[in-house]
Amino acid sequence: MSIKVIRPGLLTTIQDIGRHGYQKDGMIVSGAMDKVALRIANLLVGNQENRPVIEITLMGPKIEFQQDALIALTGGDLSPTVNDEAVKMWRPLYVKKGSVLQFGVPTLGCRSYLSVSGAFNVPAIMGSTSTSLRARIGGLHGKALQSGDEILTHPPTEIGEVIIKKLLKKQTGRSFQQAFWTIHPKLLPSYETPIIRAMKGAEFDWFIEESQQHFFQQEFDVTPQSDRMGYRLKGKKLVLGEEKELLSSAVTFGTIQVPKEGQPIVLLADHQTTGGYPRIGQVATADFSALAQVSPGKKVSFQAISLDEAQHLYMEQEKKINHIKRALRMKI
Amino acid sequence: MSNDYRLYPLGDSGIVVSFGDEINFDIHKRIQQFTQVLEQSLCKGMIEYVPAFTTVTIYYDPWVMSEKGKRNPYTAISTYIEKLLFHQEEKSEAVARQIEIPVCYGGKYGPDLEKVAAFHSLTLEEVIRIHTNGEYLVYMIGFVPGFPYLGGMSEEIATPRKESPRNSIPKGSVGIAGIQTGVYPIETPGGWQLIGRTPLSLFNPEKDSPSLLQAGDRIRFVSISETEYEAQKEVDEDEY
Repeated sequence: MSIKVIRPGLLTTIQDIGRHGYQKDGMIVSGAMDKVALRIANLLVGNQENRPVIEITLMGPKIEFQQDALIALTGGDLSPTVNDEAVKMWRPLYVKKGSVLQFGVPTLGCRSYLSVSGAFNVPAIMGSTSTSLRARIGGLHGKALQSGDEILTHPPTEIGEVIIKKLLKKQTGRSFQQAFWTIHPKLLPSYETPIIRAMKGAEFDWFIEESQQHFFQQEFDVTPQSDRMGYRLKGKKLVLGEEKELLSSAVTFGTIQVPKEGQPIVLLADHQTTGGYPRIGQVATADFSALAQVSPGKKVSFQAISLDEAQHLYMEQEKKINHIKRALRMKI
Repeated sequence: MSNDYRLYPLGDSGIVVSFGDEINFDIHKRIQQFTQVLEQSLCKGMIEYVPAFTTVTIYYDPWVMSEKGKRNPYTAISTYIEKLLFHQEEKSEAVARQIEIPVCYGGKYGPDLEKVAAFHSLTLEEVIRIHTNGEYLVYMIGFVPGFPYLGGMSEEIATPRKESPRNSIPKGSVGIAGIQTGVYPIETPGGWQLIGRTPLSLFNPEKDSPSLLQAGDRIRFVSISETEYEAQKEVDEDEY
């Protein structure tokens, strides 16, 4: 049981929730950029939330299924098609052996997630299957997917089998069959807004007042030099009140650092474990999905929130995912 | 325990314990003691921790930490950490590990050794002697997997970084940048002056403890010949 990569697309990697527990060894966490989309992609095909899925960036791959499979596509909408027919996102989709999945123009967001019931069968290294391009481990030989790659899949899960049976009842003779239902949009992360909520960073006060205001008022361009490690932003220069040396300490997903030239960098999934630039802000976890779906060339701005508000939003997000789990159980 | 620490958030899922703002041995020792306690006391909801020069950052899941929304997560983690800090004094001191790192200096493995020597008007042998004479302390691991931030290099061989960084530095390269010295565990771009290379693997994802070095280790560099380098490299690769 496997899928075959006919064309790899721009940057297609295998990811799970990330490699946790080894940051003290300098090990990069990696994992999906949009973790909510990853979790829901798995839930929709009856997998545990943290199974490996394929992360697809901007220009999607062309993939052939070597056997019948139950799949789901979540995250950004990159206009997916199966055998040249448009398919819908955020729902279970049954494809017959030989079907070809392709992608078109991104219409919302920039990263899609492809899950398969039973999950992709790749070895876990240091507790995770995530591809870490820089450390060259995880996923398929530590690399982005390439033409000709074959990825093994486990057989569908028990829940997956139930979903397949239900989908096949409505057999229409097509080469694929998608569910008529989907998840309520209110429970999904919103990719519409470029306004990202952020807390003040530990060195926020190091910046001159004008820069402190600029940080939360201006729009930043997401430059083409952005990748899974971080978004390099461009806007009015952010200036420190005085030259102070900062000792390297831990940085994380969403940490907004400002190097000497005054243009911020938002760290993302492949962030290094420690950094030494002043931290002007920290993106709220609840907005990581929205942030991860902003493509280079677009704009973002930051809205100030408190730690309490950020933690409240985090818990609201977890409640929504629990809600989705309950709803799916009832549906199946 | 006296109030020798400060707690502050790193976003909504991290908390920083800061023991000061300068690099020194006492702060380092304090961090070693604290991480030893943490290692044995990771509670539900704590994900992992990252020691640095003067801080230990702990990542947690606010949802779990708040017991599914019943408590304020930041207050819950702060209280827990303060308890650990309070009880810490009774714990014994960690015993530092001594680790020797064999290095083949100069030649094709250390293309900048001559530059470092010329910069200080020293002979190649003198640079090697000074570099191997010191005992180095691993303050923290970061930047790339397994990369040690070392203290203890002699100012006599401190050399500025290269004007333009190399696109790729081979794994195992030993370099100097200012008063810092270190070893590149994986291939990466970088601007350090390369004086030698070690056949040791500093990072091995197959192992339980993937980083050879840990914060708190004491290390020495030992000069080896090219033949010894090649021989050890083979053994190491077989093992891998």
